[in-house]
Amino acid sequence: MFPYIVKRVLWLVPTIGAMALVTFLVMHATPGSPLDPVAEGANPLSPEAQKNLAAAYGLDKPLPQQFLIFLGKAVRGDFGTSFVYKTRTVLEILRETFPISLLLGSMALAIAIVGGLTLGILAAVYQNRMWDYVSVTLATVGVAIPNFVLAVFFIILFSFVIPLFPTGGWDSPRNWVLPTVTLALAPMGIIARFTRASMLEVIRADFTLTARAKGLGELPVIFKHALKNAFIPIVTLLGPMFAAVGTGSFFVESIFRVPGMGRFFVLSMTGRDYPMIMAVVLTYGAFLAVMNLVVDLLYGAFDPRIRY
Amino acid sequence: MALSTPASGTDAGALAAAGARPAARGTSLWRDGVRRLLRNRLAMAGGLVIVLLCLTAIFANVLAPLPYTKTNFGRLNEPPSQDYPLGTDALGRDLLSRMIYGARVSMLVGLGAQVIVVLIGVPIGALSGYVGGRVDLVLTRFVDVMYAFPRLLFVILVMSMLGAGLLNIFIAIGLTGWVGIARQTRAQVLAIKEKEYMDAARALGVGAGRRLARHVLPNALTPIVVSVTFGIPEAIFTEAALSFIGVGINPPTPSWGQMVGEGQQYIRSYWHLCVFPSIAIAVTMLSFTFFGDGVRDALDPKLK
Repeated sequence: MFPYIVKRVLWLVPTIGAMALVTFLVMHATPGSPLDPVAEGANPLSPEAQKNLAAAYGLDKPLPQQFLIFLGKAVRGDFGTSFVYKTRTVLEILRETFPISLLLGSMALAIAIVGGLTLGILAAVYQNRMWDYVSVTLATVGVAIPNFVLAVFFIILFSFVIPLFPTGGWDSPRNWVLPTVTLALAPMGIIARFTRASMLEVIRADFTLTARAKGLGELPVIFKHALKNAFIPIVTLLGPMFAAVGTGSFFVESIFRVPGMGRFFVLSMTGRDYPMIMAVVLTYGAFLAVMNLVVDLLYGAFDPRIRY
Repeated sequence: MALSTPASGTDAGALAAAGARPAARGTSLWRDGVRRLLRNRLAMAGGLVIVLLCLTAIFANVLAPLPYTKTNFGRLNEPPSQDYPLGTDALGRDLLSRMIYGARVSMLVGLGAQVIVVLIGVPIGALSGYVGGRVDLVLTRFVDVMYAFPRLLFVILVMSMLGAGLLNIFIAIGLTGWVGIARQTRAQVLAIKEKEYMDAARALGVGAGRRLARHVLPNALTPIVVSVTFGIPEAIFTEAALSFIGVGINPPTPSWGQMVGEGQQYIRSYWHLCVFPSIAIAVTMLSFTFFGDGVRDALDPKLK
């Protein structure tokens, strides 16, 4: 077990390195430059000014050298100064926005897991009855409809028709409800679908029949025998789940005006804020890589048949 | 799709083998699948909506009451009325006409991007699985790295660098979307390679190219078809999402995602601006999902 963990942790380094390289190449291989801004309200710059700026930010050096300089600094947590918000370093911005995104994401994921498992179990236990249809419908809606579209419907319903929650912002827990629920629905639907399928398979298995035959009640059969085994395939889903919540938060944060990392990412894209884009992509990428690792290790913990 | 084409001659044998029922007379896997699909009411409802959407997209210029660029500065942001059934936008353009033209973008991206994805993904997956060895190792590693990258993040990155535009959306989705289908094709080809009928074909002296085209690909087709039916709504979603944050379709060409993105800023004062395109996206996505679920259940009952 231990050598496996060490090996996997060491693999994180080339994985994140590859992500950095791909991001770097995509950014520099395509036309457009931060010195020639396309952002709204930007002024054109004279050639001399462009040259001076390029020198100041190290953009005049050859690309491989730029990449190495970036890597060397990034390891020390120094992502440079934002091109767009010139008075603040990228690290400052990330420090302020990442916790907000993390809070939103964690709350959404918690709701998704609890809600998804509940719906999935209900659907499997009451197969082809009302609860099944309710949860399958909810799951389909959550998976199929993009979260920014759901957000529009939620704002209309719960801010205008029934004024329960504010349309946006992040000041009080009341502001948190709509973005969190919106973000949670898609992963919840996926978890519910998988739980249902996985539970249905296990409920028909021989060991469940045995548990019933020896006189166990319905609840212990479902929770101790069925769910424990049905859980294994669901754990693998958690990796993609983190990705879904991470990228989903771009839209949810934009529409509900949540001052998180996703919103900054969208803003930095159009401004070609290289340091900001690199930092955000790497933060997301590294976070996902670590989470995938955690999920893989959890997988082993849940399924004693797996040996590393 | 070639769903309704009855299999003939030598193909019938191969297809029956996939269905694991050698002597069921005249019932190929495909025909069986189509029959199951026709019986699925939800899937057929989804299919009907998809057909209507395609017709709307094709005949947009006939159906739209006004050109999508026609402005009327005397009537800005108006709620639905007799003159404008779905109201007007911030430039006084007819929302209904813009929605009708928006269907064009959605359908074009959904179907067009899938063509690119299949053209890249299937050959790479088939090659990787069939040739094996070092080629497989290199391709699998590459696919794994691509797979680890959060898909939407990568698409947004590519789009913001290439700039907005329909062609660039095709490129961005094509570059990222082939990975899943390549993985699936590879897994299928690997499994089929070990089947007895492949040994038989080899023993009979059938060449490698012909074996791949006549025996492997037809049998590997089911998961590819299923994956394509789910890929279409994903591409439509991607376009809507990109346009929503402003790196998708260039204005003035209307796209539903772009209309939601622009309209949501004024949701308090002008609800109609984002509600109607939102409904269009929701209905489209649900229809494709129902239809896709139906296709999957029909072609592969085991997966249900």
